[in-house]
Amino acid sequence: MTDSKYFTTTKKGEIFELKAELNSDKKEKKKEAVKKVIASMTVGKDVSALFPDVVNCMQTDNLELKKLVYLYLMNYAKSQPDMAIMAVNTFVKDCEDANPLIRALAVRTMGCIRVDKITEYLCEPLRKCLKDEDPYVRKTAAVCVAKLHDINAQLVEDQGFLDTLKDLISDSNPMVVANAVAALSEIAESHPNSNLLDLNPQSINKLLTALNECTEWGQIFILDCLANYTPRDDRESQSICERVTPRLSHANSAVVLSAVKVLMKFMEMLPKDLDYYGTLLKKLAPPLVTLLSAEPELQYVALRNINLIVQKRPEILKHEMKVFFVKYNDPIYVKLEKLDIMIRLASQANIAQVLAELKEYATEVDVDFVRKAVRAIGRCAIKVEQSAERCVSTLLDLIQTKVNYVVQEAIVVIKDIFRKYPNKYESVIATLCENLDSLDEPEARAAMIWIVGEYAERIDNADELLESFLEGFHDESTQVQLQLLTAIVKLFLKKPTETQELVQQVLSLATQDSDNPDLRDRGYIYWRLLSTDPVAAKEVVLAEKPLISEETDLIEPTLLEELICHIGTLASVYHKPPSAFVEGSRGVMHKRLPARTGSGESTESPDVGTAAGGSAPEAAPSIIPSQGDLLGDLLNLDMAPPTTSGPPPPTTGMQMGGMDLLGGGLDSLLGGDLGGSPAMGAGFGAAPAVMPASLNAPVGGGLGDLFDLGGGVGMPMGAYIPPKIVWLPAMKAKGLEISGTFARRAGVIQMELILTNKAMSIMTDFAIQFNRNSFGLAPAGPLQVLTPLGPNQTIEVSLPLSTVGPVMKMDPLNNLQVAVKNNIDVFYFSCQYPISMLFVEDGKMERQVFLATWKDIPNDNESQFQIKDCHLNSDAASSKLQGSNIFTIAKRTVEGQDMLYMSIKLSNGIWVLAELRVQAGNPNYTMTTIRRSGS
Amino acid sequence: MIGGLFIYNHKGEVLISRVYRDDIGRNAVDAFRVNVIHARQQVRSPVTNIARTSFFHVKRSNIWLAVVTKQNVNAAMVFEFLYKMCDVMTSYFGKISEENIKNNFVLIYELLDEILDFGYPQNSETGALKTFITQQGIKGQHQTKEEQSQITSQVTGQIGWRREGIKYRRNEIFLDVLESVNLLMSPQGQVLSAHVSGRVVMKSYLSGMPECKFGMNDKIVIDKAGKGGVTNEAGKSTSGKQSIAIDDCTFNQCVRLSKFDSERSISFIPPDGEYELMRYRTTKDIILPFRVIPLVREVGRTKLEVKVVIKSNFKPSLLAQKIEVRIPTPLNTSGVQVICMKGKAKYKASENAIVWKIKRMAGMKESQISAEIELLPTNDKKKWARPPISMNFEVPFAPSGLKVRYLKVFESKLNYSDHDVIKWVRYIGRSGIYETRC
Repeated sequence: MTDSKYFTTTKKGEIFELKAELNSDKKEKKKEAVKKVIASMTVGKDVSALFPDVVNCMQTDNLELKKLVYLYLMNYAKSQPDMAIMAVNTFVKDCEDANPLIRALAVRTMGCIRVDKITEYLCEPLRKCLKDEDPYVRKTAAVCVAKLHDINAQLVEDQGFLDTLKDLISDSNPMVVANAVAALSEIAESHPNSNLLDLNPQSINKLLTALNECTEWGQIFILDCLANYTPRDDRESQSICERVTPRLSHANSAVVLSAVKVLMKFMEMLPKDLDYYGTLLKKLAPPLVTLLSAEPELQYVALRNINLIVQKRPEILKHEMKVFFVKYNDPIYVKLEKLDIMIRLASQANIAQVLAELKEYATEVDVDFVRKAVRAIGRCAIKVEQSAERCVSTLLDLIQTKVNYVVQEAIVVIKDIFRKYPNKYESVIATLCENLDSLDEPEARAAMIWIVGEYAERIDNADELLESFLEGFHDESTQVQLQLLTAIVKLFLKKPTETQELVQQVLSLATQDSDNPDLRDRGYIYWRLLSTDPVAAKEVVLAEKPLISEETDLIEPTLLEELICHIGTLASVYHKPPSAFVEGSRGVMHKRLPARTGSGESTESPDVGTAAGGSAPEAAPSIIPSQGDLLGDLLNLDMAPPTTSGPPPPTTGMQMGGMDLLGGGLDSLLGGDLGGSPAMGAGFGAAPAVMPASLNAPVGGGLGDLFDLGGGVGMPMGAYIPPKIVWLPAMKAKGLEISGTFARRAGVIQMELILTNKAMSIMTDFAIQFNRNSFGLAPAGPLQVLTPLGPNQTIEVSLPLSTVGPVMKMDPLNNLQVAVKNNIDVFYFSCQYPISMLFVEDGKMERQVFLATWKDIPNDNESQFQIKDCHLNSDAASSKLQGSNIFTIAKRTVEGQDMLYMSIKLSNGIWVLAELRVQAGNPNYTMTTIRRSGS
Repeated sequence: MIGGLFIYNHKGEVLISRVYRDDIGRNAVDAFRVNVIHARQQVRSPVTNIARTSFFHVKRSNIWLAVVTKQNVNAAMVFEFLYKMCDVMTSYFGKISEENIKNNFVLIYELLDEILDFGYPQNSETGALKTFITQQGIKGQHQTKEEQSQITSQVTGQIGWRREGIKYRRNEIFLDVLESVNLLMSPQGQVLSAHVSGRVVMKSYLSGMPECKFGMNDKIVIDKAGKGGVTNEAGKSTSGKQSIAIDDCTFNQCVRLSKFDSERSISFIPPDGEYELMRYRTTKDIILPFRVIPLVREVGRTKLEVKVVIKSNFKPSLLAQKIEVRIPTPLNTSGVQVICMKGKAKYKASENAIVWKIKRMAGMKESQISAEIELLPTNDKKKWARPPISMNFEVPFAPSGLKVRYLKVFESKLNYSDHDVIKWVRYIGRSGIYETRC
């Protein structure tokens, strides 16, 4: 029997004929007719007019016919909603069928019919099917919940299907578990804040068990879901990694890549000196290499991902250069990707091999590939200094081939090599000049002109060469025009006598005959410079150029981190975040790598752990009291206390940047590692200070506030104290309300608490405990609540704190998790303390030391930001800051600007040096901070 | 997840179109045709993004299979699924061709309904699918209740690849070690890269639910045994030679991966019939069965002299078969004269190559071909790219050195033991991409 005949009917009046056949009494004829209908539907003909006739065929005991009718229904039900209702009865009946295959078929099809009235009828059968005795029906029903949610999310929530779905995660059948996970993950994506996928160590354990048993596809769903989990500590992270690594040997590449994603993510949490960390790194390389023997399309996906992995952790594949050598028969998309990775892996150790390969590639046929290979040679020269000479000679060989596009590409990269190693390879210029005529691409022409201009003094006929370009000035692209203008000006400055005419010619071409504003402006600038102050012009135009850096095409680190969280997916193939190509809210949540934490035998509440870990990627990031805000606080500018949720951050991207930087910084804070990490300083810079509108209050009022500060509380030191806020509402603590703040009094950090009993019974036996935190804050004594606290009574206590407690990195950095116990229960809350509490009294640096240190600290550690609307003069600011242990070391006045140099020492020995620039009359201050770790 | 799946013929006409998600409209079908199938330039990527819609495609002969989605799907999974889909179709109706697809379109729709639900791949094991979807219409109408629940438990179960109650009169198992050896050699005879990618393919005809254990001369296993075991130094030195270092291996889903990870033992309940048990890759101590020594000389602008020597490098008692050496010639070749010592050689103008075929060749032998190529003078400035000389062959051993040590079968419920099972082992080494630059 062949079915191809169904495709061939193209007669007129076909619909009419089909209608007759569909209503035929003979079963066989009916089935034939339905097949014809489906064939027409496939090729895109509109057969919706046959709807009632097709639906009439639905009530049949012939399963094949039934499936065909269902297929038709799924396609056309939406366009004929009223008639689709006719089908409901059959569906409902089928859901009760004795055969599980038919029950599943009915529920599966019903979920695909996007008609409101039908979905209403779907609820009851679906509820039954979710609890069906047959696993095949249950796994189908699990997916159906996701379908229904896509049509009507509210209905799914109202009917309580989500809870049933959650229960299915504990199902005995692995495929049911996998489908439930897939459905929940998808639903959770459209509800970023819901705690739907309540991932906790218990549920993770269930998933890991199911992982060993379910189909390859199910394993992918589960691994992708696991990747969203953030383990509580490094031990949990390690144990998950141990159970995921066997997946690296799976034959299905998608399973392997998803496992790699989980491992790459959780590895972030492992301490680098752990043996297991090294083992894991070693285990990752072989499966990645194996992916390259898959089919070409998968190779492509793998290579795009390896490109990310190599950027994140170059150590994994550093010895595997050879596997990325291009094979003659590789599809072009595989070739180009391999080439990219080769350059990333190029190092002194393997450069000889790489160069030999690249030279080979430069003779291939595909133009794009050849160009990229030539460009790669240039990049090798820039990346591996020792190879530069060999690269240049290889490029010269290639120029000798006279293949047009090879020559042009070579010239473009040689220009870059000149910029990296000035005054080293200029001997090749003569060879380059020989090829001047063959250059027809703007980029190559511009590069050549740049070279001629830059080295005009060594090229005898530089003026002739440039003049030759000038003839067709108007036909050149802007890139070339700009370059030509600059080159001729350079030439003029170097050889003023012979080239005056030329320079005038180009200046008038650029300024008078061009309508390109960039070109015109640049022309005018040169013209005026040359006419007013030729010496200055020389200084500007011939200034020494900064060397170009070796890696210019690296993916920006925060994006890279996000992409690592998306390994295996389209985002990792496009190298773009999902928001760039996915419409709507689905899947556009930014993901980020977990930060490293020490293993905590959490002395504190278990729910703190899950709250922080459970859904970190999903949870909307809480407001981080950024350092910028903090300094604002010190100047009493920011009215919003740090712990309340203040104005939202401008973009999530920024927000995450800040968090990551703080995270990265903490490693060095803890380890005392002085490395180049931009720790504190970067934290300062990354956090945009958001100023509430109330700052525009009258100056008098603002000053009044400033001078009032501390008066009421009677502080000897005058340090800034944020106002008290409620940390623990009575509702959450069986009637105990706690509000408080932090203060630094006479060198001691105090936690000032107000306890209010809003319950009906008396409270006694108060005690307090802190979780490990970033700066080792711990109570220095017990909580002094001596008398029982009666109903509606309030007591103020002040708890002295020490900074010698156990240290663990918190996120945000200044987060503090607190447990308070009384006779009723134990309550947990977290609060955030201003960093200024940690500024110690002996933070005044010696002038000399300050000067030396300021110069010593690398620029990387520096960051700058603005403090807005601060109506203080520099002296007032200085004395105000001194109250918070920010000491002014020196003051300098430059051109009406006061520069204050200040030092801060943190309780853990880290020094922060700052420069505050105050311009009289301008309420905006500029602050530059740099950081150095303590002794 | 997967939003829809389309199958096109070479002209871009739709043969199958199945949409799973509401965000995919009919216009997606046309978008792919216009932008990929009818694109002017050669396709530069298997993933294409057109107006925020992503298309994944693979081609089988002249049939295009495309998956479309608007979400951030798992790309690796989509391609794995497409390959799997091709496998399933092939096992149902043979070659994937326009005719076969049209002839089986009802079946394909049925399969698509079963193996993708809302765009999520479900069970795609042909063995399981064939229990209830057949070309002769769907089974299941006249099944008993037990049969039905057996089907559903297999489709969803832990051992989805095997059904209960299989019986054979003769319990037999065929084991093929198939290796392809890949080489890239420089003209000077330096090995630029070489690796073996191997597969262990089994055909098992075993009754019941047998538990199998497979062992090979894996270096890690043998070293472990050597260290802790009774074998003394003598044993150690021999085992050192006989064992091979496996860079990486992947397994069929029937293999218990966690067991391999912890004990490095390969244990599984096999699917019935033919399947691929494992794939592996080795790069150390590879036996390169042939060495190609090229010599190309340009005599003036219109003539090339080529001499190629091949040397076989294995035991003289073994015979290599189906040897083919392909020597590329420039595009402007006008005539070729060939002389070879052994086999037959021909210039094939349509393939731009001299193809030299030798039926058999024993180990430790050498043979030679020399050719004079005449060229038409051209203005083309670009030099000839000199593609590498490639080789094909088949040898009766495993170039990686892999040896099967044992294959044990246990079936406790039925009364046959490991000894009753007839086992066949065969080694075949083939050329993968075996190239020498010239």
